[in-house]
Amino acid sequence: MSEPGQKPRGASVGARLRWPALSLAALLLFNWFFSPTFFHLEIKGGYLYGTIVDVLNQGSKAMLLSLGMTLVIATGGVDLSVGSVMAIAGAAGALLVTRTHLPFGVIAPICLGAGGALGVANGLLITALRMQPIIATLILMVAGRGLAMLLTGGQIITFEQPSFVFFGNGHFLGLPFTTTVVALAFALTLWLTRGTALGLFLEATGDNETASRFCGAPTAFIKTLVYGFSGVCAATAGLIATANIKAADSSRAGEMMELDAIFAVIVGGTALTGGRFTLAGSILGALLIQTLTTTLYNLGLPPAIAPAPKAVVVVAACLLQSAKFREWTRGLVGRKAAA
Amino acid sequence: MSLPARRKFIPLLATALALAALFTTASLLYPGFCSRLVVANLFADNAALGISAVGMTYVIISGGIDLSVGSVVAATSIVAATLIGRHGWHPVPVIALSLLLGLLFGLGQGLLIQRFELPAFLVTLGGMFFARGLAFAVTPESAGINHPFYDWVQALRLPLGGRAGLPATALLFLAVFVVAAAASHLTSFGRNVYALGGGADSARLMGLPVAATRVAVYGLNGFASALAGVVATFYTGSGNPAMGAGLELDAIAAVVIGGALLTGGVGFVEGTLLGVLIFGTIQSALVFDGRLNSWWLRIAIGLLLLLFILLQKWISGRAGAARAE
Amino acid sequence: MNESPRELLRARGIEKSFPGARALDGVDLTLRAGEIHALMGENGAGKSTLIKILTGVYPPDGGVIEFAGQPISPRSPRGAEELGLSTVYQEINLIPTLSIAENIMLGRQPKRFGVIQWPALRRQAARALERLGLQLDVKRELGSVSIALQQMVAIARALDLQVKLLILDEPTSSLDEQECAALFAVLKRLRGEGLAILFVTHFLDQVYAVADRITVLRNGALVGEYETARLPRLELIGKMLGRPVEAVSAARKRPDAVAGERGTAAGPTFLEATGLGRRGAIHPLDLAVGTGEVVGLAGLLGSGRTETARMLFGIDPADAGQTRVDGRTVRLRSPREAIRHGFGFCSEDRKTEGIAPNLSVRENIILAAQASRGPWRRLGRTEQMQIVEHYIRALNIKTPSPETPIRNLSGGNQQKALLARWLALQPRLIILDEPTRGIDVGAKADVERLVDSLRERGLAVLFISSELEELTRVSGRVIVLRDRRKVGELTGDFDENRVMRMIAQPHE
Repeated sequence: MSEPGQKPRGASVGARLRWPALSLAALLLFNWFFSPTFFHLEIKGGYLYGTIVDVLNQGSKAMLLSLGMTLVIATGGVDLSVGSVMAIAGAAGALLVTRTHLPFGVIAPICLGAGGALGVANGLLITALRMQPIIATLILMVAGRGLAMLLTGGQIITFEQPSFVFFGNGHFLGLPFTTTVVALAFALTLWLTRGTALGLFLEATGDNETASRFCGAPTAFIKTLVYGFSGVCAATAGLIATANIKAADSSRAGEMMELDAIFAVIVGGTALTGGRFTLAGSILGALLIQTLTTTLYNLGLPPAIAPAPKAVVVVAACLLQSAKFREWTRGLVGRKAAA
Repeated sequence: MSLPARRKFIPLLATALALAALFTTASLLYPGFCSRLVVANLFADNAALGISAVGMTYVIISGGIDLSVGSVVAATSIVAATLIGRHGWHPVPVIALSLLLGLLFGLGQGLLIQRFELPAFLVTLGGMFFARGLAFAVTPESAGINHPFYDWVQALRLPLGGRAGLPATALLFLAVFVVAAAASHLTSFGRNVYALGGGADSARLMGLPVAATRVAVYGLNGFASALAGVVATFYTGSGNPAMGAGLELDAIAAVVIGGALLTGGVGFVEGTLLGVLIFGTIQSALVFDGRLNSWWLRIAIGLLLLLFILLQKWISGRAGAARAE
Repeated sequence: MNESPRELLRARGIEKSFPGARALDGVDLTLRAGEIHALMGENGAGKSTLIKILTGVYPPDGGVIEFAGQPISPRSPRGAEELGLSTVYQEINLIPTLSIAENIMLGRQPKRFGVIQWPALRRQAARALERLGLQLDVKRELGSVSIALQQMVAIARALDLQVKLLILDEPTSSLDEQECAALFAVLKRLRGEGLAILFVTHFLDQVYAVADRITVLRNGALVGEYETARLPRLELIGKMLGRPVEAVSAARKRPDAVAGERGTAAGPTFLEATGLGRRGAIHPLDLAVGTGEVVGLAGLLGSGRTETARMLFGIDPADAGQTRVDGRTVRLRSPREAIRHGFGFCSEDRKTEGIAPNLSVRENIILAAQASRGPWRRLGRTEQMQIVEHYIRALNIKTPSPETPIRNLSGGNQQKALLARWLALQPRLIILDEPTRGIDVGAKADVERLVDSLRERGLAVLFISSELEELTRVSGRVIVLRDRRKVGELTGDFDENRVMRMIAQPHE
């Protein structure tokens, strides 16, 4: 039963995207004044170049991860294993490309399948064994890193295979190919969630799982599915990351990426408690975080330090979402007005 | 004590058995494993992890989680190393300052979590990023520490016969463990932490100082992480902004393997000690083996985590069934 | 009765408003030492607000509270406890993972130099339980004992805190008959020791069993304070509902008037359960519901009505017996399978098993219908709106718009939306578990009319309600449960008294 005085929730999509969009605009405005080269674009050899393009390119991994993470968080869970799955997919890809003669067109689906299978394993631990998502995915996060290193034997495996390299570094229609990958993934996810009833089931499951189950919604299937999907997104991001450096470095690949993904989803407006979600918000959130990173880099801040301001931004975003914080600021303002 | 009253000790027993089994297996496989030296080194090599895990136990029992510990360890180590190495401060005030900073950092996280009801997982994730960034802001490379005080402390040792001995860091770990375990059983603060984790709303209605306890737990963990960072500087003789990556996961794993429930209210500091020793035993065994590589440790810990969580589920399942009758 | 016991608590003119609602409007309450006082009222009467004010959860906007002659204004539950007022809530606000001893002594552990003395703690806890006549192993985890015993522990804690006024908020909702009797024995014992006891409840029988006086609230206002011995049941109900007594007894004539129709309206049997049971939940029973028939399921709390419903619907599937639907044998092992065979189930717990609070009214209504079509055949927007608008009109659901989050609707309208959800599936059988609980009188009448119209359209209805009056009014046939067993079935001409007598009869 709603408590007296509580504001009606369920704001429209536009309203929920307000904060991340405004923040992004503010960042861009900042760059406009303090480092105008940010907006410098030029066409070289038929391709678009510039900082904005870099943001799109480098942010592609976080954007992909955030798509899967959004759906997982919508069911009230979380997936801490995506970084390790990235590493595993990259290692598998590099191994297959150097040890076999399979074309990339065959290797890629195998790696995506592996990511999906690991994700489904997570999902089964959570639905069949009723484990908490944090713990289940924590196990894969810990063990998975070891698995990835096992695959590469602790070495860094390099490769030159052109289609693999293209996957992470090529261009299509003037933009980096990774942007195309993200766009396709976004379109696919959007169709899967809004074009079918899966989105409704997802939101219902996250909002009240018991009620959804009693309605006959396939809640266990949905939950398992989203973890599998998150695994596929992670595998895709892993292939891109590996392609970027033309090598599989299992100890470093995907490091801290799960945090970037979770941050993107929160900043984008989907609540950690689950229920309503917004894919566009998460993409926006990922873009925001990448823009922040790039802005700081352009200002001369060493990349190792970038996590600090990122953390401030994300915690600030959460504070803004927190009802208690808004009460507190209103109280402050009220007192000042009275004084 | 009736069986229902004894039930809560079963996970502890299971962990102890697992430790015994692992140690015995390693002793059978690797000659020389079962020795005072190896056992002493278990404490010496894992002092930092141990202190961190003890702090993490309180956090998890209170129903929270703290992902920032690895980064705080790194930040503490590099701040200490820089102040001593580059600015010539004496280690003692530096250590005091580091502990204070760790405490304040933890309290800050605790306040955000308590006052504004932000999820602990998220705030400490932010803390992890923040502290790591700060550490690299101090200096991007590791910095060695050369100071007579350090030499003196590093030379301190409690001999245990043969070549075995416990260095000061291991003794500190044991001291922290004893104090934390005693406090968890014998002080009202300790019991309030259990109450907070077992039912925060009920605890509040019972008049317990829920807000203060929660903030204090995070503050203490910040202190513990800083202490672990100081211990790391003694162990390695240097500070490094990149150290401790993944430490929080190892600490959480030790606590969960030790029998604590991530939902809160259940667990023992003693269990965490066993969890840390299990971690150390596997690591030592890998070193003795020489053939297996270090990543097997990760896989082994992952599997152990899975096993223990399944065990906990089985036990609570049986208990639930018993109550229904 | 003895001479009038002295007044312990005098609350006068208590007022409390929340944004958009006036919860209490000048309420008075007088409690005396050595007396058990019942606080009654329908939902929204203001009972829980009053309790929360007395125990310091929030301050009143107006009015005065005097305790033992002194004005008080408790600022927190702990503050109220220190003054001598303590509340035991329905949800047992104790820590299940800690031991019984610890729960009783939490916050006041005996200490020496800051170190807790466990043996002394356990002894004190055991003594506190003895005051209630209980002997338990205080080292046991609280969560390992039954809810009834947990409640006793909560009472023991309050007593040990030297409470003078003990407030019990809906203490019997999760207790079975024996446990209720044990609780009442304890309360009477405490009354004898001079304690003042206030207990909030909606169970009439219990009020007449233990309470010396009754205070009735309605819509935030005081209706009156009465001596139990001088207030007949019917009058009490009338005061709670705000309806004159004749109207209430007139309502009871309906079963006779309509019995004839109902007896003949039932069509072929839709659901036939033979020897259906589930270990630990329900002893094997026989149950049948025909098309166009309303079968009521009666019994006290804990008798197994909801368990029966859950078993039939596949939530906690049966492990013995047989189910036949439309003459064919089926096994219903999950809600999905039940739905596929034409079942619908409106749970008694709207909040945790019914509504998806942040989803819109529309989404809540079409959820089950969409689920039965699977994820790939999505109901188009127009189709959805057709369904939703139809039911909003048909059931008179008051909502600003179909897109409003359902949590913003009142309880009654939420209930109607949930009914719409199941009706949208076009079920052949619908199970309604306490469909009128916690909703206002107008909405109750709407629901009863709806059940009638469903029957006329040929639906089979299984109706569960703790309000015997309502149950006998609506049902053509009543199956009576006691202690997880079926004890009988009533058809034809029956009223609440016959139902109650069947429940009370010793099992043959």
